[in-house]
This record gives sequence, structure tokens and C-alpha cells, in this order.
Amino acid sequence: MTGWLRVGPLAEIEDEDVRRFDHDGRSYAIYRVAGNVYATDGLCTHEQAHLCDGLVMDHVIECPMHNGRFDIRDGRALGAPACVNLKTYPARIENGIVFMLVE
Amino acid sequence: MSDGAPRQRRRSDYRLIGGAGEQARRLGLVGADWYKPAVPRSVMKELMRRQDAAAIRDTALWYALILGSGALAYLSLGTLWALPAFFLYGTLYAGPADSRWHETGHGTAFKTRWMNDLLYQVASFQVMRRPTVWRWSHARHHTDTLVTGRDLEVQAQLPIHPLDLIADFVGLKLAPREFAMMLLNAAGHLAEEEKTFIPEQEWGKAIAQARAWTAIYALTIGLCFYLSSWVPLLFIGLPSIYGAWLYNFFGLPQHACLPENVLDHRLNCRTVMMNRAFRFLYWNMNYHVEHHMFPLVPYHALPRLYEAVKDDCPPAYASSWAAYREIIPALARQWRDPGYYVKRELPAQRPAMASMGPGR
Repeated sequence: MTGWLRVGPLAEIEDEDVRRFDHDGRSYAIYRVAGNVYATDGLCTHEQAHLCDGLVMDHVIECPMHNGRFDIRDGRALGAPACVNLKTYPARIENGIVFMLVE
Repeated sequence: MSDGAPRQRRRSDYRLIGGAGEQARRLGLVGADWYKPAVPRSVMKELMRRQDAAAIRDTALWYALILGSGALAYLSLGTLWALPAFFLYGTLYAGPADSRWHETGHGTAFKTRWMNDLLYQVASFQVMRRPTVWRWSHARHHTDTLVTGRDLEVQAQLPIHPLDLIADFVGLKLAPREFAMMLLNAAGHLAEEEKTFIPEQEWGKAIAQARAWTAIYALTIGLCFYLSSWVPLLFIGLPSIYGAWLYNFFGLPQHACLPENVLDHRLNCRTVMMNRAFRFLYWNMNYHVEHHMFPLVPYHALPRLYEAVKDDCPPAYASSWAAYREIIPALARQWRDPGYYVKRELPAQRPAMASMGPGR
């Protein structure tokens, strides 16, 4: 399914944090950093751990399992053990609600 | 615990190629979901918070101790005092290097990334673990902890060979093996087993690091010839062997004699209470159940994590002595009965969600 999906209220995500969003059998990670929102695939490209349990520092998400790191703005893997980039999705805030675009 | 007759277990089962890994995969033990206690996100965020100050302080103190003991060792050359002085130097050089290698490998010791990376490289050299190879080996250890044929970091492999275990404990196995593998890597080759867990794009890094290490050892050995003296190697290289006993003393209780092939870190890891000096030297890795459950929590927050999850875990061991009182007889028992293992009792109301039993 393609289109903007309603993720949920922005207030449910703390600043510099991440939450899980499942849709159509897929898991996504939705981030809030410095007033902006970002969306990526929800599973680490290294060994499929859920990134929603990880640590967000500035614009970097660190995987809870092996500490693989990704830039949430463009999905770049920032070093071992993360070697494969993370897929990112456009995200926006509208009237306090977070939306993401799924292709 | 044992179900009676000794079960078959061969050392070859631990091999990544041709070992028991495929059987483990068929049993659903590879890359599986492990039991995790429920900790509120707000608490986890606080526990995962990074800082530089604690690790800078501890690192400065550690290297001050190494330099101080190194000075004592140098000044004692030619006297009998050199024996205890070098023993102290080697213990401080290699012992804490294990936990520094470990924590910076996880990237949690410092908040600043380059500090983690720098100490990781230096500590890897001191403990003599090839940085790239062991980074990936340790990732596997966390994915498949004590899964036979998947985890390379099973120290007390079955069946127990006492002399082999003692040789490993006093450092006679790891460093010589790593030295040989370093030379292989420096020649541009990785072992076939290593290729199974290190992505191809990392191979070049492993080879470059091996060449840098080889150059350092060549210079040190060259200096020995130039001076007609073993002293340079006593300061660089050999401490990785004669100082290894400390990290093995701390590290053996992590998993020894606990069951393989279970999906619950409460069953296959030990948390051992230690005094402040030990916890400084070991950077709180005695909180090992907690570390395996939540590897993103920095060493300085592990005591708080322990408090947060302790009601969900078996009781911690009161001391290293308490742990070894269990381990030594258990190793002796495993020598005769490879099917034996120590069974930890889980809290009554909180059974393991994903435990699959020993599976052997």
C-alpha cells in the first residue's frame, strides 16, 4: 500500500526517542529529534533486532542488540556491525499527528 | 543437573563449519528471541544514557597504574623484585584490557565515539584479540550465547579437558593462537571459519590491522635482538600471556558449567557480586546476566540495571569465591559427565518466556 499513513500523536514520542509502528505486516521505527520526525525500517539490517528498543543520540539510532548505528536522516550505516544502510521514509507532523509515506 | 548417562559432546561440535550449528538452526536456536524482563522505556533510556567522565577517569587511572607498575618493573631489573614487579605490570596491562576491549567494542564506555574506537584498538592489542575479528565474534556471542556450533566464545567447552582449561586460564592458549592468526591475516588470508561471521567488506580492515600489529611485534622483537635482551618483550607482547590470569579469573564464571542451547540469559550467565577494586578492574562485567539482556547499558549503569531486574533473575553469587565454589566441582563433574550442567532456579512467578531447554 502506498500513501501517507497516520502513525499517531507526536506527544506519544519523547524528544530524542523512537517508537515502533507496525503496518501491513511490516515494522517501522519513528523518531522524534529536535522537533522533527523521521521514519525508517523498524529492524536493524544486521540481525533484525527491533530498533525501537535502541538508543537515539542526536540523529543516530543505535541497535539494542549489537550497537549497530545508523543516521536516521538518510539511513546510512555508521560502522560495524551495521554494514547495510537502513531504508528511510518521508515523515511529517500535521496538527500534532505524525504521518509517514510508505511506497 | 544431569539426566543420568553422560551425553555425547565433541569439541568438533563447537566448530562453525561442520559443527553443531546447523542442528541448532533446525531447533530454532539461531538468531532467536531471548527472554527479556520488562523494564519501562523511561528507565531504560536513563540507564542507556552515555557519558565520557566515568570512562575518562577510569582509563586515566588504569594507565597511571600500568605506567607506575612498569616503572617499578624497570627499576627492579636485575633483582628478584623483578618477578613480582613484572607480575603486577602484566596483570594490570592485560587483566583490565579484557573489559576495556569489551565495553568499547560495544561502544558504550564513552559517549564520544572516537574515544571508544581508540581505546578499543589499544585494549585489543593489550589483551591480544584481533580487533575486527573479535568485534564480529563478540556480536555472534551476543546473538547466539552458548549455542553450540555458533558461539565462538565458549570458554569451558565440553568435554572438559583439565589441562587445556588450565592452559587457557593462565594465558597459554589465546595469545599464541592470536599471534599465529595475526600472521595469517597479515599475509592477506582469513581463516575459513572467520569468513563465516565477518562480512566481506570488513576483511580488508582485519588484514590491515594484522599488518600493523605484525609491524609492532617485529619492532619489539628487533629491539630485543638489538639490545640482546628479553626486556622489550616483557613490556610489550608477553604481558598478554603472563597477565591473562586476571581476566580469566573474572571471566570464567560468566558462563562456565551453565547450560548450552537455552534462550534465557538468566540460565546461561552468572552475575557475581564483587568489591570496588574488582569492579574497577573488570568494569562491572560481573553483572553479566544484565549485560547480556541489555548490551546497550554502559558499564557504569550496570549496578542500577541489576537493581531494576534483580527480582526477575536468580540470586546473584555473593562473591567470586561463591561462584568458584560452584564452578570447580562442576568442572570436575563435567570432566566425567559432559551432560552435567548447573541449573539456575528462576523466580517462581516469572518463568522464562522462550527457554527451550538444553537441547542436546
